[in-house]
Amino acid sequence: MKQFGYARADDVAGAVALVSARPGARYLGGGTNLVDLMKLGVERPDLLVDVSGLALGEIAENADGGVHIGASVRNSDAAAHPLIRSRYPALTQAIVAGASGQLRNLATTGGNLVQRTRCVYFTDPSKPCNKREPGSGCPARAGEHHNLAVLGASAHCIATHPSDMAVALTALDARVHVHEPSGARIVPIADLYRAPGDRPDLELTTAPGALITGVTLPALPIAAGSRYRKVRERASYAFAIASIAAAMTVVDGTVRDVRIALGAVAPHPWRAHAAEAALVGGPADEAAFAAAADAELAAAQPLPGNAYKLPLVRNLVARTLADLAARA
Amino acid sequence: MTSQRDLFGSIRVAVNGEPHELEIDNRETLLDVLRERLGATGTKKGCDHGQCGACTVLLDGRRANSCLVLAVTLQGRAVTTIEGLGDGDDLHPLQRAFIDHDGYQCGYCTPGQICSAVAMLEEAAAGWPSHVTDDVAETEVKLDEAEIRERMSGNLCRCGAYVNIVAAIVAAHDEGSAT
Repeated sequence: MKQFGYARADDVAGAVALVSARPGARYLGGGTNLVDLMKLGVERPDLLVDVSGLALGEIAENADGGVHIGASVRNSDAAAHPLIRSRYPALTQAIVAGASGQLRNLATTGGNLVQRTRCVYFTDPSKPCNKREPGSGCPARAGEHHNLAVLGASAHCIATHPSDMAVALTALDARVHVHEPSGARIVPIADLYRAPGDRPDLELTTAPGALITGVTLPALPIAAGSRYRKVRERASYAFAIASIAAAMTVVDGTVRDVRIALGAVAPHPWRAHAAEAALVGGPADEAAFAAAADAELAAAQPLPGNAYKLPLVRNLVARTLADLAARA
Repeated sequence: MTSQRDLFGSIRVAVNGEPHELEIDNRETLLDVLRERLGATGTKKGCDHGQCGACTVLLDGRRANSCLVLAVTLQGRAVTTIEGLGDGDDLHPLQRAFIDHDGYQCGYCTPGQICSAVAMLEEAAAGWPSHVTDDVAETEVKLDEAEIRERMSGNLCRCGAYVNIVAAIVAAHDEGSAT
């Protein structure tokens, strides 16, 4: 591992000023992804700015009934918090579906959002990868891509975002608090991630050196019945090959409101707007659920090794919505 | 910013109750400091990438993969390893249960399994939900075998001693609940 400096941040603005002025600097939160990538030689920072000790470790209820989660709240604590598990069960389910108990004790809320893809070419510096080294090429399209994107990818990159937590946050319309060199602002999570285009190395819409300071969940009665469901290749401790976070309100057999986000199918958590639009005002039955999934997947561009994800996602959406309807 | 930006730092950290003042190369992980500098070789290096759990220790009482923790970050923290669980021949109940139930074959993953299980039982007692918990809003955890298997999934055993590992943890849990 390349040598690097280490500084413990004691205020947000100071940390942002330091990191934004130094391209080789990285924030260190839980380190579960960054330290691993440093061992692999994928990340080679010259300075780590440790933000885990900043006063961003609280979960608190807002006056409007929403809930704020500080960026350095550990994944375990977010999942087990009474406000989260009772009001936003899909978020608790998503978090505990990810990683392992010991990793969730380290991993932070902010770090989870900005973790990097597990595409095997990205994590192997001996291989070309446009995300790691812009312009070097993408072997995934013709190579190992069975768990890569079917939606929203580009000719330059078909990597998927690996987070479970972020999928639930996307369905729940979370707002992400970021501190940029120019000051603090709030970004809807749907606007946090950048489409890969011809620069898949640029993953966020925020300014270089921006620090995520927290996430706010809006007051959202529909979320109390929300659900996260994850499909993977073993029963536990594996990344998703497809996942869904969903919530639905059904009145007299008609879908009044629905929120759907998909994971492991796109470069970022994928809000299923087409499926939602197809459902609202229509019948809450299995034919409608499957048709809504098809509406979302109409834009899919599968490759030979990941075309299996289309029927998988279709069935996952239909089954999850049927479960939500049965409980409504 | 509190700390210098050079390539080394100094920390004061407690390991199994013993205070240590250490000069740390920023690149050193907790796992390497334990094994290479403090002689605490009970904690094992398996994958060194957070995938196997062999390096699991308790950090301020919580289980963590020591291979992914940079030692320089540990100023003022307390680490407990397998060496700190029992007291000589007076074994921790989970160590005793692993022996009684033959919860290992080669033994390489065992220190991580036991540290992980110690913290896992506390997490369950605190009502933390898991992926197999039916209703995550329910704060009382019924720690059946499915819950134990899920909660221990971060600890791999290449010998495949899982059946006896689960039996050992069930026994330790039952014993703990009975007292």
